[in-house]
Amino acid sequence: MNWISEWALPKIKTLFGAPREMPDNLWHKCPSCEKMIFQNDLEANLRVCTHCGHHMRLSSKQRLDATLDEGWQRADIEKVPLDPLRFKDQRRYADRLKEAQAKSGMEDAVMVGHGAIAGQRAVVAVFEFAFMAGSMGAGVGEALVTAARLAVLQDAPLVVFASSGGARMQEGAVSLMQMPRTVIATQMVKDAGLPFIVVLCDPTTGGVTASFAMLGDIQIAEPGALIGFAGARVIEQTVREKLPEGFQRAEYLLANGILDMVVKRAEMRPTLARLLALLRGEPRAEAA
Amino acid sequence: MRHFLDFEKPIAELEGKLEELRRTTDAGGLDLHEEIEKLRDKAEKLLAATYAKLTPWQKAQVARHPERPKCLHYVEALIEDWTPLAGDRAFGEDAAIISGLGRFRGRPVAVLGTEKGHDTETRVKHNFGMAKPEGYRKARRIMQLAGRFNLPILSFVDTSGAFPGIEAEARGQAEAIARSIEAGLEAPVPFVATIIGEGGSGGAIALATADRVLMLEHAIYSVISPEGCASILWRDATLAPQAAEALKLTAEDLKRLNLIDTVITEPLGGAHRDTAATLASVGDAVAAALDPLLKLDGPTLKARRRDKFLEMGRSAVA
Repeated sequence: MNWISEWALPKIKTLFGAPREMPDNLWHKCPSCEKMIFQNDLEANLRVCTHCGHHMRLSSKQRLDATLDEGWQRADIEKVPLDPLRFKDQRRYADRLKEAQAKSGMEDAVMVGHGAIAGQRAVVAVFEFAFMAGSMGAGVGEALVTAARLAVLQDAPLVVFASSGGARMQEGAVSLMQMPRTVIATQMVKDAGLPFIVVLCDPTTGGVTASFAMLGDIQIAEPGALIGFAGARVIEQTVREKLPEGFQRAEYLLANGILDMVVKRAEMRPTLARLLALLRGEPRAEAA
Repeated sequence: MRHFLDFEKPIAELEGKLEELRRTTDAGGLDLHEEIEKLRDKAEKLLAATYAKLTPWQKAQVARHPERPKCLHYVEALIEDWTPLAGDRAFGEDAAIISGLGRFRGRPVAVLGTEKGHDTETRVKHNFGMAKPEGYRKARRIMQLAGRFNLPILSFVDTSGAFPGIEAEARGQAEAIARSIEAGLEAPVPFVATIIGEGGSGGAIALATADRVLMLEHAIYSVISPEGCASILWRDATLAPQAAEALKLTAEDLKRLNLIDTVITEPLGGAHRDTAATLASVGDAVAAALDPLLKLDGPTLKARRRDKFLEMGRSAVA
């Protein structure tokens, strides 16, 4: 299916002329500074506001394109049983899931790509926040285990861009068990002596932060990203105190010693490339 | 005075009447033995019938029953030479997590658990069983200590979840839980976890990445509380009974989903009606789970534990 949606369809669209963009879509209002940005400029700037530097969400595909060298490949992820609890709230979970799958062309909320970062082999797993808020169920667990196995197989480091509301409630304790499962994925990579780097993007919370996403050899976050275990509202209700300015933001975590660095999107790829080269201990040509 | 749950009202009424009759008999007066016998029979039947078909929401009430035996009751009953150990060596001591060394049926073990407390004073002391980062970091330290000295790890889990607070977040609650999960998976020693009351989310799994996970019959184990789930998915916390149903959080459900290994039967009417019997059957179940693990070496234990958790969510369940 991938080649159809990623290659054939765009070709057909080019041949027959893509539907013309509505003027509404030409401009985008920054949710932070509320200034208008020309859509093409925003995309060219990796969805970082050209006025105030606010980092907006990237799709998993955009993220992989921005991180990996051209020619990267998407890894196949085995299907897991759908809807293990036959969960139904106001709607059936199975229906929500199928809808998210149809909309995204993804099996679940993580896309795994492999290729190279500035010439160095790497496996990169990226959360798609638009897919049920990037929540973690068996499908996400499977994607991360697949990414880890692929990294070990290819003797490549694993980089995960996390962005998730936390556990996927509709999978109940099955989603809870993805916490140990994804921790095992990080252990596989570390056991093989390979670097595991986590980039926390806006937002990363709950069971995702309390498992693999806090276990990176290096912990990076994007500016302004919301990162935490408990939700702000729950904390406010429990402690009945006003939350401090910038609470649970990337810069707050950096100041509290929970992150190694906060890195702007434009600097992400060169930073990752430099880190991977340093961690893998390859001397540069001049030192040889 | 026994604490009765809402759905136990009819049982409470019968037992109240029974008590009255007994008092009348004791006071001399009438001989009501036959009546008492009949009423007792009726009350027992009602109790059995009620507990035979508890809804998931009712089980959540039983799991949180104020008189249900708590972690320290198990430690007291099952662990000899109990030697509590304190502190995470970095920030503080968290009384929500119990940890220490002792003997289980003669064998030295490391013990971990979440303690909710049994009265106002102890509930406050143990922060209602909601641990902070220093608690999970202490747990990790104890698991690593157990690994170094080849001590099996026994854990007793009863928590509504990790503490949601400003300082807890500032000190890295998420990282502390993740490291505790990691330490449990890495431990090269037998690890048996028992969910004795409430297995609440990340705060529970932090102490439950075990070779064998046991669960009391009326305990619950879930990714989120029924109330929390209802307020998010239904936008109405009063729909917690529906959420409890949907979350499949009972021991029976989790066993069927292959997420836990053993269900431990509770005394009729729940663990709180016969604490001594509950403590004894948990002791037997832990011993039965631990015994075969003692024959395995560290690498085998770790490999099997990994394989077990890696499988969760992958296999289809009928």
